[in-house]
Amino acid sequence: MQLANKRKGSSLTVMLTGELDHHNAADIRETLDGMLDGSVKDLILDMSGVTFMDSSGIGIVLGRYRRMQERDGRLYLSGLGGSAEKILRMAGVLGLVERK
Amino acid sequence: MGVNMIQNHMELTFDSISQNESFARAVAAAFATQLNPTLAELSDIRTAISEAVTNAIVHGYSNNPAKKVYMSCEIQGNVFEATVIDEGKGMENVSLAMQPFYTTMPGTERSGMGFSVMEAFMDGLVVESTPGRGTKVVMTKRIGSVGDDE
Ligand SMILES: Nc1ncnc2c1ncn2[C@@H]1O[C@H](COP(=O)(O)OP(=O)(O)OP(=O)(O)O)[C@@H](O)[C@H]1O
Ligand SMILES: [Mg+2]
Repeated sequence: MQLANKRKGSSLTVMLTGELDHHNAADIRETLDGMLDGSVKDLILDMSGVTFMDSSGIGIVLGRYRRMQERDGRLYLSGLGGSAEKILRMAGVLGLVERK
Repeated sequence: MGVNMIQNHMELTFDSISQNESFARAVAAAFATQLNPTLAELSDIRTAISEAVTNAIVHGYSNNPAKKVYMSCEIQGNVFEATVIDEGKGMENVSLAMQPFYTTMPGTERSGMGFSVMEAFMDGLVVESTPGRGTKVVMTKRIGSVGDDE
């Protein structure tokens, strides 16, 4: 999985490309958290390039949701589709996290 | 309806390392393509296999790379069946483990949704487990009978 980020003011968009599973979840989590400097208020995860996601993705998204809440920021999801959307909906994540 | 019913079987044994999660789901999906599934059906199979194999590695074997995971897939007519077996630690209470959001590893950002995903993405799910002996997960999925004109 590859992560590319784009910064605009206090919002950070991270585009995820490739497969998200248990094997790479820890790396993805670390990379994402490493991108969050103190000035990021809005974190937008662009999921349009995610070709595979299992339940490991629920943990990644919910973990970032909590992290952004702790710092009075917000998490948004964009480009959701396919099984990623199906899984996040099942887990109730789409009721918590706004879409952009 | 097809005149000749497809019957096929494959078996795969691999080390209990997380690299093999993507390997196992790719193999299962490649095998299932014989049934001419839609992309959505294939994606469901990949996801369900990934959940079962990840559980075997993470929970069954606590990431011990010396252990082996056994996967077999079968095709009977238009039904795809996958079995994932580990000889790891097993579960005391399978129906409790299968409850949505139940996890014994909450600190690691596991969500406890693996079994729920398998259940939602496949048509059948049977889990047998013996503490200290291991776990067997059998999943079936009927591949759509409409649009089989290819
Ligand atoms: N093969 C297995 N061997 C032993 N215990 C298992 C096995 N598979 C599942 N379990 C137990 O069942 C629980 C629920 O599994 P499930 O896949 O639903 O959630 P999870 O793996 O904890 O989290 P997630 O899959 O959402 O990342 C696990 O936390 C574990 O205790
Ligand atoms: Mg699991």
